[in-house]
Amino acid sequence: MAGSQRVYRQRIRSTQSLKKIFRAMELIAASRIGKARAKVTAATPYTEMLTRAVSAAATHGATEHPLLSERTDTNRVAVLLVTADRGMAGSYSAAVIREAETLIERLESEGKEVDLYVTGRRAVSYYSFRNRELAGQWTSQSDAPDVETANDIADRLLAAFLAPAEEGGVGELHVVYTRFVNMVTQKPRIVRLLPLEVVEGVEAPGKNEALPLYEFEPSAEAVLDALLPRYVRRRIYTALLQSAASELAARQRAMHTATDNAEDLIRNYTRLANQARQAEITQEISEIVSGADALAAS
Amino acid sequence: MAELSVDVVAADRAVWSGTARSVTAPAHDGSLGILVGHTPLLALLGAGAVIIRPASGPELEISVTGGFLSVDSDQVTVVADEATLVTA
Repeated sequence: MAGSQRVYRQRIRSTQSLKKIFRAMELIAASRIGKARAKVTAATPYTEMLTRAVSAAATHGATEHPLLSERTDTNRVAVLLVTADRGMAGSYSAAVIREAETLIERLESEGKEVDLYVTGRRAVSYYSFRNRELAGQWTSQSDAPDVETANDIADRLLAAFLAPAEEGGVGELHVVYTRFVNMVTQKPRIVRLLPLEVVEGVEAPGKNEALPLYEFEPSAEAVLDALLPRYVRRRIYTALLQSAASELAARQRAMHTATDNAEDLIRNYTRLANQARQAEITQEISEIVSGADALAAS
Repeated sequence: MAELSVDVVAADRAVWSGTARSVTAPAHDGSLGILVGHTPLLALLGAGAVIIRPASGPELEISVTGGFLSVDSDQVTVVADEATLVTA
């Protein structure tokens, strides 16, 4: 009996230290998420300007551009998957990997060959365990991506898209990431990034208003040439930022739930420990009483 | 007198915004000056210094590494890959 009481006390102690860890991770995620969201906000003006300029250039200038046209000479496609570096974020990585798996299955059933590019250690370990070859991987900054990494990723993917078919050129690029809707909702999302469809943020001009007639310096083609790769980089950077914010939000929520569960466990174990103690006392009393009775009878 | 409203944004933040009398920017093949009433323009920028003469106060110098510039009804936007404020 004394044994079970000790066991409960031990469990309470270990659950308490786990609870402290969960609480700390929740607070860390909470403090970082503010920073991640500020980064998303700070990046918005550039994105808006760029989108506006690209759509202006595309509507005025020539729309014949390798990044805008479909490729028919290859059946390879690239998929970029954005996941977390660390776990402890509930179903965040699992959800986005599942989404990517569905996409890969669909593409392969259409007879396409998939080149997989991933960011985040979770996806790297998931695929290396399954012996799947990765065309590219980036790790170690899933919760605070910087512009340089995004540019690096984008340049690799653009090079693959512009490469000739016999050198492993790809015909399409899909990005699977997690969109940050708000603190409680984050949705895995699939976007086909290449070939580009410049439609976002373009308002169709009304009947009586014409789009401003831009002059291009040096020429519409040159401007488009310079803007489109930037646009792709930007879209990838935005996807990374959204994923980072989602990851932190998911982690904060998961750790909050874990803290609550630890509290529940501690409460249950305390009750059981009290019960065990009470049972022990009752037993001791009855042993003493029956011993005294036996002595008195003799 | 009418003024230009100017925004300078870098890849990860907004660098400067305000009203100005004129903007000089390093276009790919030479300096490009913009005054009020400029025709709508989309120009590529090279590396160099963007010089802004604000409506009031001393002139500003911002060094950029490349990017583009758009002008549309006295709204000037300088979109730079990297930009640092050098107060001249």
